[in-house]
Amino acid sequence: MIIGETPPPSGAFGVDAVAMTMRFGDFLALDNVELKVRPGSFHALLGENGAGKSTLVKCIMGYYHATEGDILVGGREQAIGNPKDAHALGLGMVYQHFTLVPAMTVAENLVLARDDVPAVVNWPKEMKELEAFLSRMPFKVPLGAKVADISAGERQKCEILKQLYLKRRFLILDEPTSVLTPAEADEVLGMLRDMVVRGELTILMITHKFREVMAFADDVTILRRGKLAGAGKVAELTPDAMARAMIGAEQLAVQPARTGAAGQTRLELQKLRALDDAGAVAVHDVSLTVRAGEIVGIAGVSGNGQRQLVEVLAGQREAESGDIRVAGDLYRASREEMRRHKMSLLPEEPLKNACVGGMSVADNIAFREFDRAPFARGGWWLNRGAFREEARTKIAQYKIKTRTPDTPISALSGGNVQRAVLARELGGDVEVLIAANPCFGLDFAAVAQIHAEIMAARNRGAAVLLVSEDLDELLELSDRLVVMFRGEFVYEARTSEAELTVIGRHMAGH
Amino acid sequence: MTTEAADSAEAVGTIAPAADPGFLRRHGGTIEYVLIPGAALVGALVVFGIFVAMFGKNPLDLYFYMYYGAFGTWFSWQNTLTRAAPLILTALCTALPAQLGMVIIGGEGALLIGALSATSVALALQGLPPLVVQIAMVVAGVIGGGSWIMLSGGLRQYRGVNETISSLLLVYIALAILNHLVEGAMRDPASLNKPSTREIGAANMIGTIPGTDVHWGLVFGLIAAIAAYILVYHTVFGFAARIAGGNIRAAKIVGLGVDKLILTVCFLAGGAAGLAGMVEVAAVQGRTNANLAAGYGFTGILVAFLARQNPLAIIPVAILLGGISASGGLLQRRLGLPDASVLVLQGIIFVFVLASDALYGRIGLLKGKS
Repeated sequence: MIIGETPPPSGAFGVDAVAMTMRFGDFLALDNVELKVRPGSFHALLGENGAGKSTLVKCIMGYYHATEGDILVGGREQAIGNPKDAHALGLGMVYQHFTLVPAMTVAENLVLARDDVPAVVNWPKEMKELEAFLSRMPFKVPLGAKVADISAGERQKCEILKQLYLKRRFLILDEPTSVLTPAEADEVLGMLRDMVVRGELTILMITHKFREVMAFADDVTILRRGKLAGAGKVAELTPDAMARAMIGAEQLAVQPARTGAAGQTRLELQKLRALDDAGAVAVHDVSLTVRAGEIVGIAGVSGNGQRQLVEVLAGQREAESGDIRVAGDLYRASREEMRRHKMSLLPEEPLKNACVGGMSVADNIAFREFDRAPFARGGWWLNRGAFREEARTKIAQYKIKTRTPDTPISALSGGNVQRAVLARELGGDVEVLIAANPCFGLDFAAVAQIHAEIMAARNRGAAVLLVSEDLDELLELSDRLVVMFRGEFVYEARTSEAELTVIGRHMAGH
Repeated sequence: MTTEAADSAEAVGTIAPAADPGFLRRHGGTIEYVLIPGAALVGALVVFGIFVAMFGKNPLDLYFYMYYGAFGTWFSWQNTLTRAAPLILTALCTALPAQLGMVIIGGEGALLIGALSATSVALALQGLPPLVVQIAMVVAGVIGGGSWIMLSGGLRQYRGVNETISSLLLVYIALAILNHLVEGAMRDPASLNKPSTREIGAANMIGTIPGTDVHWGLVFGLIAAIAAYILVYHTVFGFAARIAGGNIRAAKIVGLGVDKLILTVCFLAGGAAGLAGMVEVAAVQGRTNANLAAGYGFTGILVAFLARQNPLAIIPVAILLGGISASGGLLQRRLGLPDASVLVLQGIIFVFVLASDALYGRIGLLKGKS
């Protein structure tokens, strides 16, 4: 139910969240948080994973009902019972992941999103209206093109246009640039910024990229562990000050310096080809060598074949053709080969790819070694004591936050699941390490620890293949950088000599 | 609810934490595994009571005679245990593959093939010492049934055929093979009304446990269930199977040979049901004929689901369902209910158990703190 009046029919309006507290059972996700978004401003919401950013905006959008606190829209208190109420007030949200129907055209997606889609759509009339609408908008998207055929940047523009088309004038963007190249991100945010400056729109953007905050935002609110950790004008703040507010007093792992030169070739891909689930070629005859003591980074916008490439290396997908060689031997991802070559894998989404959620932390840590002494007596009988003992050591060493070693791993936070996988995969000697978006969605402390571990493995002489969608991570860690686009390696450079704009151009396929 | 208040107070840090974190919560998972199937069973009995009341019978009489016919006397206990023996074994045929995330419902087929194999071996080895014949029958029953379910596993791994459907369809193929042989090549010319194979011979029968009328098949079942439990929870093989069953992607990333795991588990599962077939031949029927298709394979599915696929829990559940089936005769005699009414009850139980699956993790009082 909506109390009070709806805000004026045009122009930007602000949103205030006052004394917001949100409790999930015993867990306090938001603790007396305050957020003031001025009308016609570009507001950034910063915070680590689990700081409560998503919870806060979900309260504003009516997905959650705050335990305590009020939401003021355009200065009036509103009871937002569900997302429909929020939409009626002119609030819209753009999600991190696309919500468009790939098999439909842009125009169809826009019309479909309306609440009042008529039973029979008068397409000539709708198209005329859509074109008129687009002519007023800063972005251009091809209305007749299928969403499946347009680039990630264009899709993100469609998502934003959809909100504007639905006459939403307060937009919440949830990490909107995570799937965009740096150039695309700048373009989209720049255009939104222009609309904000013209007073047509208010924007609240969830992000963890300081560069975007500094370049586009007017104000910033920082959350830490469900509490307000700081707020202010971006112009008066430095990235360092914001980072300190986000992390608090937590000690971060120190990344070891890059030492030693690359040695012999360890991992070699020869004309490797792989299909995606639909049977289309996702990896196009790629060849690559990774040497001992070297980190090779694979950059690219998500969905250009990186996932399938990693799955082949991880044994989760069969190669269509081509060979993988490790230390000269043909490699087919068997347990025996992984063991002989001391291979480690850090896949993305570790809970989905590398763990069994219902099994305990101790069990999950033992996945690589359970069939050998001391975990297996006589090669077949499980020695539970050894499982627990090993888990206790690893939990302490890798700072895994878990109640007990017997807790199911699915009860752990994302960072701690990844730490457990890290403990399993990097606990012993490593000669080849394959990591895919190892830090996706993790907090600063976990990211720092994972980066430090990867660099340490490299310095100890491991050949590291690092596939990531985070260009900053690749520039920081890799010795050599390869750009993957539509299943091919289109660009390669030494990281020290690589230029951001050139890499970005290749990521976008130019 | 007091514990919840105390816990959240702890999180805020204003009130001293309560002393007891809550028995219900700590053991919520375990309690659920007993409570929910138990409630499903009670719910099914209530609905069955209504069904019986529609026939003009008193449901309370029904419950009494069911108890009496299943567990009321030493005689009914023995009847119950005799029926439970094959159920334990056929339930393993569903419960073992379930550890790998497979739903196999073709235990009946493995039972028939196991019975046929055991009978064939016994007939071929006539004249040898009984112990040799009996051991050969066990081996033949296990291999016959095991290969049958392994066929389903292989179809799934190498041909992408859904194992639930293939195992069910294989039941009908097994039945057709059995009928073909029993009415043709293996028919005992003396079996006029009911085509059967020749008898394996009284000396080769495995007999009863001393002091009872319960045959040794019960011991086979108990050993198999305990061995399956140990295999799943205490061995390297079982651990690998649980990884593959829990998350096939995780199993692949640590290089486990998933194909081999699936084929082996299917073999063991089918072997258990094949052993049930052997027991039915060597302890009850003495020969193979269509009587063997008595539905033990299908009731075994029900047992496995009620036991939440836990090999140890299968034992009490099999006894319970064995009891329900044992009470069928008494219901018929005392209440004049049709013999098939216990099948109605089994069906109702199955529906309740499947529906109760949705309740796990949703009972507020038992929710853990994770």
